[in-house]
Amino acid sequence: MPLETYINVIIGGVLTGLVYGLMALGLSIIFGVVRIVNFAHGEMMTIAMYVAVVAFSQFHLDPLLMMVPIAAALFALGYVMQAGLINPFINRPEHSQFILLVAVALIMVNLLLIIFGPDAQSVQTSYSLDSYEIAGVIIDATKAYTGAAAVVLSAALFAFFQMSRTGQSIRACADNYTGALVVGLNVKHLYALTFGIGAACVGAAGSMLVLLIDVTPALGPGYTLLAFIIVITGGLGSMPGALLGGVLIGVTEAMAGLLFTPSAKSMFSFALLVIVLLFRPQGILGKATR
Amino acid sequence: MLQIANLDVFYGDAQALDAVSLEVAEGVIVAIVGANGAGKTSLIRTIAGMNRPRAGTIHFRGQDIAGWPSFKVCDLGIGQVAEGRQVFPTLSVAENLEMGAMLPRARAHRERNRDRVLSLFPILAERSKQAAGTLSGGEQQMLAIARCLMGEPQLVMFDEPSLGLAPAIVQDVLRTIVQLNKEGLTCILVEQNVAVSLKIASHAYVLENGRIVMSGTGGELLGNDKVREAYLGM
Repeated sequence: MPLETYINVIIGGVLTGLVYGLMALGLSIIFGVVRIVNFAHGEMMTIAMYVAVVAFSQFHLDPLLMMVPIAAALFALGYVMQAGLINPFINRPEHSQFILLVAVALIMVNLLLIIFGPDAQSVQTSYSLDSYEIAGVIIDATKAYTGAAAVVLSAALFAFFQMSRTGQSIRACADNYTGALVVGLNVKHLYALTFGIGAACVGAAGSMLVLLIDVTPALGPGYTLLAFIIVITGGLGSMPGALLGGVLIGVTEAMAGLLFTPSAKSMFSFALLVIVLLFRPQGILGKATR
Repeated sequence: MLQIANLDVFYGDAQALDAVSLEVAEGVIVAIVGANGAGKTSLIRTIAGMNRPRAGTIHFRGQDIAGWPSFKVCDLGIGQVAEGRQVFPTLSVAENLEMGAMLPRARAHRERNRDRVLSLFPILAERSKQAAGTLSGGEQQMLAIARCLMGEPQLVMFDEPSLGLAPAIVQDVLRTIVQLNKEGLTCILVEQNVAVSLKIASHAYVLENGRIVMSGTGGELLGNDKVREAYLGM
């Protein structure tokens, strides 16, 4: 195979991986602050993907533009889920939280199945077959746009957590729960905001991903798992780690598809996870816990 | 300023506070004395809105605040310097101070309060970009006090402010509390160092097994034989 083929596939993998990374970033933020594992993460993304499909097929709205309102809608969904459903479970044992979120996930998958049926749906934009050629390397236009959007959104989130007072307050809650109560932060509100932000990440990632893959209701659990693999590979609680993990998984999947067979790509993602857990259990950019 | 009447607090079936009543007048230091597990921290957490009482009232400036969430209690001007300092270890010193000023009551006066606490604790200005977790115990205690003052409290509850600090720094911390009190801050002081806390307090209560068993002026309790035997080892 010529070298260009490898380079093309790697670049495609990196760009897809950035979108995966944005999705996983949502999971990482939620876990890092609220200490809740969102077992409905992929399912929430599937909801976002269906909203994008409907907006495109009914109103001809481009998913790249719909990204913003869909992220806002998922933010609202996430806020309400945390404030109404998960906050009462915050001090309960982990297995109750697990059952709660698995139940939410099951309800989401089956609602989508009732509404949209089991068949795959997709979005065909006017630029879906466009590509750029730079120095002999062919870059898929859709992947370039979504990859760039994922980077911009992740950078904006990073800036929000570092520089805004609300972002600092959320970091304070993650840092010391008792301390946050002591200084009078409204922890439950900040938790709901955090879950909303995490959900907005999957909302944006979902409207991008609908340009890259077909959506079916059964997609959810697989993407929940993928988000776990990415976050654990990159380092739990590390924001750059989630993006890096996403890129590594994206490239691994793409190379597996090229050199082996696309249907076995998950096997290689799991292999990557196993290797990282063996040699660096805290994840590539994770901090070892004391 | 603060009147507590017949406060009952439970952790599950275990009773932490049993019909506790006490009063804190404006501008004083009130000491709360008791052995480990007597209920001192439970009392402070309940006033702060971090525990819900099963029964009883907590009146602050005439308003019953029992069962209010902690962020509302803080915004009334009830601050807390909690046991174990509870700073935010990965946030910088400056960010920790900012968090103290997130209360609606204090937001507008952020700059003025920052100048005030940094002149009170100049070491914090030197360390402002450092992560709070890298400070020494004494510096973290100063940060905890400074962060609390950023919220412009009128009443501050100090829970074991000298725990785990070197003797010279213990003196600094207690001197700071006395100075803040002279400037008009009302203080509730829970302190393992019973002799000193009774000396600086105008009034004190003794907690045993969740009950108030004795109260009086600091001097009266210092002279009381039972207190001397049980808490001062004399």
